[in-house]
Amino acid sequence: MPTLNPQSPSHPDLKSPQSSKAKDQALSDRRFKTLDMTMKRNQFKHDALIEVLHKAQESFGYLEEEVLIYIARGLKLPLSRVYGVATFYHLFSLKPSGAHTCIVCLGTACYVKGSSKVLQALEQELGTSVGNTSADGKVSLLSARCIGACGIAPAVVFDGVVAGKIEPEETLKRIQAWEAED
Amino acid sequence: MDLANLIDVATAEQMRQKPLRVNCCTSTGCRAARSLEVMQNLEAAVEAEGLTDRVEVVGVGCMGFCGLGPLVQVEPSATLYDESHRSTALVEDLFYEGVKPAEATSIIGALNGGVTTALKGDLQHPFFARQKKVVREYSGRIDPERIEEYIAVGGYRALYKALFEMTPEEVVAEITKSGLRGRGGGGYPTGLKWATVAKMPAGQKYVICNGDEGDPGAFMDRSVLESDPHLILEGMAIAGYAVGANHGFIYVRAEYPLAIQRLQKAIQQAKKYGLLGTQIFDSHWDFKIDIRIGAGAFVCGEETALIQSVEGGRGNPRPRPPYPAQSGLWQCPTLINNVETFGNITPIVRNGSDWYAGIGTEKSKGTKIFALTGKIRNNGLIEVPMGITLREIVEEMGGGVPDGTVKAVQTGGPSGGCIPATLLDTPVAYDSLVEIGSMMGSGGMVVMDESTSMVEVAHFYMEFCREESCGKCIPCRAGTVQLHELLTRFLKKQATKADLEKLESLCQMVKETSLCGLGMSAPNPVLSTLRYFHEEYEALLQAPIYAVPAYAVPD
Repeated sequence: MPTLNPQSPSHPDLKSPQSSKAKDQALSDRRFKTLDMTMKRNQFKHDALIEVLHKAQESFGYLEEEVLIYIARGLKLPLSRVYGVATFYHLFSLKPSGAHTCIVCLGTACYVKGSSKVLQALEQELGTSVGNTSADGKVSLLSARCIGACGIAPAVVFDGVVAGKIEPEETLKRIQAWEAED
Repeated sequence: MDLANLIDVATAEQMRQKPLRVNCCTSTGCRAARSLEVMQNLEAAVEAEGLTDRVEVVGVGCMGFCGLGPLVQVEPSATLYDESHRSTALVEDLFYEGVKPAEATSIIGALNGGVTTALKGDLQHPFFARQKKVVREYSGRIDPERIEEYIAVGGYRALYKALFEMTPEEVVAEITKSGLRGRGGGGYPTGLKWATVAKMPAGQKYVICNGDEGDPGAFMDRSVLESDPHLILEGMAIAGYAVGANHGFIYVRAEYPLAIQRLQKAIQQAKKYGLLGTQIFDSHWDFKIDIRIGAGAFVCGEETALIQSVEGGRGNPRPRPPYPAQSGLWQCPTLINNVETFGNITPIVRNGSDWYAGIGTEKSKGTKIFALTGKIRNNGLIEVPMGITLREIVEEMGGGVPDGTVKAVQTGGPSGGCIPATLLDTPVAYDSLVEIGSMMGSGGMVVMDESTSMVEVAHFYMEFCREESCGKCIPCRAGTVQLHELLTRFLKKQATKADLEKLESLCQMVKETSLCGLGMSAPNPVLSTLRYFHEEYEALLQAPIYAVPAYAVPD
């Protein structure tokens, strides 16, 4: 495999510190622009807060302080209200998430069919607990209160794709495949 | 758009449809079992067999038998419109379960006289035969992403009837007469709720559809929204007309992305046809519907909390009265009904209240959809008339527990209770379930077998309520934590007799003093398991520190 010389200008990470920073800036500007658009589409109404937070989480991956302040200013709401809403709902995360997400459904049907065993196996494999990201930042382990796929319990959602009737071994295989990626 | 246009659209669609429809389920459950690949292969096979002028492959909504997806059914299109075709149809034999993508080709081949290896399902099985479909009549039979198919089976005709042949008062009276009760769990008479909102002084009013199906183990709302979104839109529009509201909101959980996507598409299509938005059916009446997406909070299923969430705030409930019907969204009179309740409106207006009142029991009219899951052979959604017994549902339709016996049936989710096997002959109706310490709830029905520990189940639900308590009132916020702690002691075999008494009294306290439905019903799973499975709690008590002397104490 040809290795890239970190010093060579073609290396994706290290073109030049300045241009990469500028690129970051441009990217984040674009993301703030989508926030602006969402707020504008809702006429900056206060009741659009949850929708704007959804959009922000979608484009930023999580809700950092800077984003919350930006939304509070945009919608002319006190920051305490924005923070209060962001922390009330389970789906909003104030911590960065991993490259992949794995959501274990802990609804009743899944519970009766042994989802806690699946979760235990995952926690052991990733060395972390529910709601956290593995140390290498690759996989976020989350739980859901019921994804409505009770007919195929137990269910696990890998990066947005639902897998049903799953065994602990099968989940581990999928996670290991992610971990093997670089 | 007027009635003639609507009929034109329906006729054009009926003409367009090919004689044979191959319905392939594309709902969440079957999708997880690769039904989209099956559908692609079916389409390719129709092409390859040269059947394109006779057969069409349709991606339909949920057929109900989710445990054995993907499901494929072959049906003559005429049966959709004409009851008389149903008896002579060949469909009874052409229903396939657990179809693998590789088997799709042979299913189409079988239409041409070939042989298929796909597993044939039996539509005469009680699971299907005992059902009475009102809300789910067209679920799994029409394409939810095309409004034309909904119109072709008589869609939006009820809205037309309400708008032009009935006054708002007559619509409310019709719903009252039908005896429909709220399907979200409480069982409040729908007609009464509508009448309250309708009687409020004219002005801004709202209609909200509660699609925040938080009850783990229930998925009928997801299925209805995914399979027949226009049914709900039409029901909401009729409700808006009846109570004098011109703006509706559908609140859907973010965990249901497919339902949200299909609703968005449905609203767009209805607007395009002038069936939603301004001047509906060229009348002077406007009604628009917006979608609000939840963000994962169980308490938002409670109506006052849901209103807070629609307004963009934290989903904290508030004391009632005033009820939302008097002062709800932005302090305006607001009608809130569950998805399934709205699903019943269109059939009632279309077929009349007498027809509807003829189904079910005296106090619980109509049908109810249940999500039959857990340790049971036939997993899935069933719509049954009220008054059917639990035994019929679990043993006949569900096929019982695979290698084992039923120990308990849990209904009503975290707010309901566990019904022991000895009470399986209880008819399913609002009052009869409350009498035995459970409730109808939104319709989750989780079957448990001998291997399930009831204390663990109570512990599971209490953990759920502890996590989901919004923290506004103390009985719920602190009570659920203490109850969870006590149950944990039982599981660790550290509990004493005093703990058992404490558990009971604390349950009563939380039940009586909490602010909203979440807290009031949180102790139900504990109370019902204490009532029916007391010995399991006793078996988990701490062993006595000193040995009880074996000899008789002299007196």
